[in-house]
Amino acid sequence: MKKKKFSDLKESVIKAFFFTNGILTVMILFGIFALLLFTAIPAFREIDLKEFFTSHQWNPTSPVKEHYGILSMVAGTFMVSLGAMIIAIPIGIGTASYLSDVAHWKVREIVKPIVEILAGIPSVVIGFLGIVLFGPILAKIFGTSNGLNAINGSLLLAIMALPTIVSISEDSLSAVPKTYSDASLALGANRWQTLVRVKLPASLSGIIAAVMLGMGRAIGETMTVLMATGNAPAFPRGFLSSIRTMTATIAIELGEVPYYSTHYYALFAVGLVLFLITFILNLLSDVILNKYQEREQ
Amino acid sequence: MKNQAKIEARNVNFYYGSQIALKNINIACEENKVTALIGPSGCGKSTFIRTLNRMNDVIPGIKIEGDILLEGENIYHPKVDIAVLRKRVGMVFQKPNPFPKSIFNNIAYGLRINGMRDKRKIEMIVEKSLKEATLWDEIKDRMDENAFSLSGGQQQRLCIARSLAIKPEVILFDEPCSAIDPVATAKIEELIHQLKEHYTVIVVTHNMQQAARISDFTAFMMLGEIVEYDKTDKIFTNPSNTLTEDYITGRFG
Ligand SMILES: Nc1ncnc2c1ncn2[C@@H]1O[C@H](COP(=O)(O)OP(=O)(O)O)[C@@H](O)[C@H]1O
Ligand SMILES: [Mg+2]
Repeated sequence: MKKKKFSDLKESVIKAFFFTNGILTVMILFGIFALLLFTAIPAFREIDLKEFFTSHQWNPTSPVKEHYGILSMVAGTFMVSLGAMIIAIPIGIGTASYLSDVAHWKVREIVKPIVEILAGIPSVVIGFLGIVLFGPILAKIFGTSNGLNAINGSLLLAIMALPTIVSISEDSLSAVPKTYSDASLALGANRWQTLVRVKLPASLSGIIAAVMLGMGRAIGETMTVLMATGNAPAFPRGFLSSIRTMTATIAIELGEVPYYSTHYYALFAVGLVLFLITFILNLLSDVILNKYQEREQ
Repeated sequence: MKNQAKIEARNVNFYYGSQIALKNINIACEENKVTALIGPSGCGKSTFIRTLNRMNDVIPGIKIEGDILLEGENIYHPKVDIAVLRKRVGMVFQKPNPFPKSIFNNIAYGLRINGMRDKRKIEMIVEKSLKEATLWDEIKDRMDENAFSLSGGQQQRLCIARSLAIKPEVILFDEPCSAIDPVATAKIEELIHQLKEHYTVIVVTHNMQQAARISDFTAFMMLGEIVEYDKTDKIFTNPSNTLTEDYITGRFG
């Protein structure tokens, strides 16, 4: 009798514990969003909304006239991220295909954990690589004065996104039922055709998820791009020009800005835009995934 | 009887690693006939049928000895193009295994990997294959639906149509009805019966009534060996080996 009561109590304590945790997480997330939103709104008492979104001049400390246009840094963020994806997607899917389809299982058992460990390299170390290794090489190849530019950032972000893309894509390729490839091979298809026409399409949902996760990391990454892209606040003229991303702008300026000034609020507004972009990306990938899975089943 | 079989095994031994799975298999399957392979589970029926289109090749550590002749030519000769072989010797699996694609694309797949681009021609062959597999009337308005929306029996006939589309000469069935219901099974048996008009058919089955109904020749296998191979009538009415008799009368297996 007593024992039963005790186990009931134990159960309700455990329940309450997990319930609190769940609620807490949701509340913290909402809290962050609310803070971002309410600290961003005052910025628009002084900044014209149209200027904010359409001007490419960001010069909050000008003694003559302050400019608060985020177009340049939005472009910068998209350029490095896009560049990173252009590099990382083919290499990532290629590596995943190699690991799941071509490599001996012993090679896979060794290589895959190593790739996954790469995800744990601190971003400041990757940024360091950008300054001392990729920078000089890029400067030499393209004959520029230094190699701190969009390509450098893209290369580094690609390196950071690759472990995620490789690991998750490989998981979903390996999860494709063997009966599919059997059917394909029995029709006279070779391994390459089977991979491209059966296995990759069948694992597309996992691969899209992998790419989206990688992309999310690239867009939100701060330290690496801060160190490697040169941080010129002008509108990027190409992949060889130095650019400044939204994350870098916030990181550079927030430490020196007077509290509760327009500039201060404007930086939060930049953060809000960044948040919305990643949010929409995640939402989009979810929609794509659901659509695809519905069609598959 | 013609003097050359369509497909023939001569002194075939097969090993998974060091373990022997087929012992001295000799069998000649005639053109435009249905040959059934029966025997207790684990006796090597699947292993044998998969040697005929070299589907065992992907399993690491296998070894095969002896010859398998398709129209007199050894399919294990190093110069043989496996892709061409598998187009000539099609296969339908135990569990229906359509691709996660539309009904149309399931059948068009084999044509496209062979480089066919002409849309009209592909449509024509898809329709013809589905008719041949007696599935057309049921699904002709659903060509863009996912193949998984079909019932199990329909999926299996879709897989048969998929094999037929690339015009094989021999079709291998490995227990094609073991995962579907009796009504669907009857349809597939009927279909196999029709197919022998144009193809050479080899069917693995653990269902003896099925073998008796659909086949012209039957081989009884046990422990990796062919115990008896003869006309189906003979095997089921007057077997010469007592093991065969015991098996078909249900005394074991
Ligand atoms: N991939 C494999 N690796 C090792 N042994 C196998 C493999 N496939 C089948 N075998 C063995 O070979 C024998 C014959 O199997 P199988 O051909 O599947 O028999 P059946 O189809 O008549 O049931 C069995 O003893 C089985 O355990
Ligand atoms: Mg079997």
